Amino acid sequence: MDDDAVFKALADPSRRMLLDWLRERNGQSLADLCQGLAMSRQAVAKHLGILEDANLVATRRRGREKLHYLNPVPINRIAERWISRFDQPRLDALSNLKRRLEGEES
Amino acid sequence: MTAAGSSEFVYVTYIRTTPERLWSALTEADFMRQYWFGMHIESDWKAGSPWRLLFTDGRVADSGEVLESDPPRRLVLRWQHRLRPELEAEGPARCEIEIEPVGDAVKLAIVHTMDRPRSGLIGAVGDGWPKILSNLKSLLEAGRVALDTKL
Repeated sequence: MDDDAVFKALADPSRRMLLDWLRERNGQSLADLCQGLAMSRQAVAKHLGILEDANLVATRRRGREKLHYLNPVPINRIAERWISRFDQPRLDALSNLKRRLEGEES
Repeated sequence: MTAAGSSEFVYVTYIRTTPERLWSALTEADFMRQYWFGMHIESDWKAGSPWRLLFTDGRVADSGEVLESDPPRRLVLRWQHRLRPELEAEGPARCEIEIEPVGDAVKLAIVHTMDRPRSGLIGAVGDGWPKILSNLKSLLEAGRVALDTKL
């Protein structure tokens, strides 16, 4: 999968917000994701299409519904590209510490 | 949407290889050890057969039953954690592995589901799958893994 597509997809705040929502609750339909958004259904569908093309969102069919899932695999690949394998445990520790100090539920 | 009472995660990667080679990578112990941080699964991969995921020292991390096996396309496992008591108590999860040719690559999708909200197990495997898939992709495409430290 093309790294350019991943960076381009992540460069838009609306698309990052959609990913945040999927992280909160995985497996949402287009209708679920449109709720409470000041964006047209078409705009949300277009953003989801860009995220799907970048493989940041995976979709599955359940009956007539298409469900969207956050796919963290491309982000992990980008992270590994610049993070030395020896740094990974330390970065995990720092990231855990930051999360705990800032009181965010992991 | 996902039923409110379940946890479901989907991991997708595209690998430039063949379905047969990917199936071997997912089911052969020697292949697995190279990208699964030294761990491997023991099974004959037939529907109804047991499987066990083993650490290098022989401890069992997870085990279960092969629910469906359709090489080189589809593998479904009942997945029971065995190491951490709080995760073991959550009961069995389901892991679907789908392999589908797309152009000159193969799409690998892993769907891990548990019938309970905010599953600790799904969270724990959720940290592991992206690293394992990334290593698997590097191994099949470039012949070496990206990360060889422990999870």
